[in-house]
Amino acid sequence: MKRNVSSAWRRLASDKLAMISLVVLVLFIVMAIVTPWVSSRDDINPVNTGGNPTWASPSREFILGTDYLGRSVALQVMWGSRVSLFVGLAATLLTIGIGSLVGITAGFFGKWTDATLMRITDWFLVIPFLPTAIVLASVLERSIWTIVFVIGITSWPSTARLVRSQVLSVRSRLYVDRARALGAGRAHLIRRHIFPNVLPLIMASTTLAVPISILTETTLSFLGLGDPTTVSWGSILNEARQKGAVTRGAWWYYMPPGVAIVMVVLAFTLLGRALETVLDPRLRER
Amino acid sequence: MRRRFVIGKVLGALSTLVFVVIFNFFLFRVVNDDPINSMFRGRNLTPAQLDRLRVKFNLDGTKWEQFVAYVRQLLHGDLGYSLKSSRPVTTVISEALWPTILLVGTSTLMAMVGIVIGYRAGWRRGSKFDATATSLSMLTYSMPEYWIGMVALGVFAASLGWFPVGGLNDAGSTATGFERFFDQMHHMILPATVLAIAYVGEYMIVARSAMIDTSREDYLQLARAKGLREAEVRKHHAQPNALLPVVSLSAINFGFILSGAIAVESIFSWPGIGQQTAFAITGPDFPMLQGLFLMISAAVILANLAADLLYGYLDPRVAGR
Repeated sequence: MKRNVSSAWRRLASDKLAMISLVVLVLFIVMAIVTPWVSSRDDINPVNTGGNPTWASPSREFILGTDYLGRSVALQVMWGSRVSLFVGLAATLLTIGIGSLVGITAGFFGKWTDATLMRITDWFLVIPFLPTAIVLASVLERSIWTIVFVIGITSWPSTARLVRSQVLSVRSRLYVDRARALGAGRAHLIRRHIFPNVLPLIMASTTLAVPISILTETTLSFLGLGDPTTVSWGSILNEARQKGAVTRGAWWYYMPPGVAIVMVVLAFTLLGRALETVLDPRLRER
Repeated sequence: MRRRFVIGKVLGALSTLVFVVIFNFFLFRVVNDDPINSMFRGRNLTPAQLDRLRVKFNLDGTKWEQFVAYVRQLLHGDLGYSLKSSRPVTTVISEALWPTILLVGTSTLMAMVGIVIGYRAGWRRGSKFDATATSLSMLTYSMPEYWIGMVALGVFAASLGWFPVGGLNDAGSTATGFERFFDQMHHMILPATVLAIAYVGEYMIVARSAMIDTSREDYLQLARAKGLREAEVRKHHAQPNALLPVVSLSAINFGFILSGAIAVESIFSWPGIGQQTAFAITGPDFPMLQGLFLMISAAVILANLAADLLYGYLDPRVAGR
């Protein structure tokens, strides 16, 4: 196992794009973590920004300018990174958790369990997930956890399908039959044989699910479904649009949050694809 | 195509539709226990008035009675009344339908350019063309469609003034015939292009990997051995077979583009289903949201059914068994 990890890491390290992506992600995560130390949440509270110029273009004092209330755009993007990254990661964990549970259960137990679970998976796969997320979020309380829950509950089906098919192929291998013949119980089989073999796939699909979760979070908060007490990249863009930043030509207001979204999503996607190639040798020749 | 295949697919689609109806009911009556209270929060209504509203919106009685009433209403094509405009939900939706069909249809056709690019990239895997196309598609995939919309508006409408900032027609325009048509086209170019850019990458990636899978097939070697030129092999032997995955993913893409239209329509004030959805969120206008969700889901379910049947027709191996 240890040797596998180190050889996988070496292959990943030779992929230049993956390494750049990793650096970008580390930088964003560091930014999200240190923000409360370098600035105070009150700095972007409209009550305290009365003295600042409004709609100011980038200057030495405000490197990304200010918005209609005189709040620094740079600080908003920094605070926004915390919510966007946190929700993106938490929602991904929920997505992968539900997906893996359903996939392993369906694949391992088969028969009617499989048939029922796959029917439900198909339903969720066909109904468009953004509208579902929208109606769910609009009937629930507005909070960060609602967004996490809503993304998790709508985006697990593709993981479930992927995991299930992997479980099916692992289950039919000889060494699993051998273990079963030697008297291994279900729990043992899942823990020792099925799960370790499905894990690499789960990891790759986690990395690829993060960008989707982040994009969904920004879309939901852009549509006004986010937590009204927090700042996220989507809610900054929503405010910028409502206050007419686009028609005013205040590019410094709506460009930075968008560029941040693109960088993080692109980095996660590139890293996920690289990881997938490293973990799944069949994809390597692509 | 076997009858069993068709019946199976139709039943599958129907079961999904039934699921959506139950889910819809569950959302608005069970998860949110008292929609009337949250809809009219802060309006200072007396309990008697609230009760009257509950009767009006079919929210009295047990959950089961409510469900039966809801399904009966639905079967009569009645989706209730919008809370904001007090107009029937079906009227609002049918007015918004045409602009959305126009916008989503146009951008879907535009995004299908991705299929051609994907085929080319997949056929010459590892070439410079492939590398450029793949990186570009990853980039557009990473951009939220509403942000592309904001940037496009800022550059092409606000700064350069080449396109109007929104709407379906010029305000107060009384033009008819061709003039009206060109005016609408002028308004549609920007939002349609934005949606197409946001989703062209998905088509490209699917078409590319379909082409890569096909290019390993033995019958291509055979075609080459027959002495066919490379272009002929690609056109007559590889492309038709690489079409299959593209067909089935087009339906999923249709769902994505329709969803993407929610934010893009509201940015461009395009009076369609998406803008109505964005309107209904602020409020929230529950009957409207419920009706719109049902409508959008039904459209996507139908698109999936059509894609499945088309797949079975194009590849008899799938439908024959």
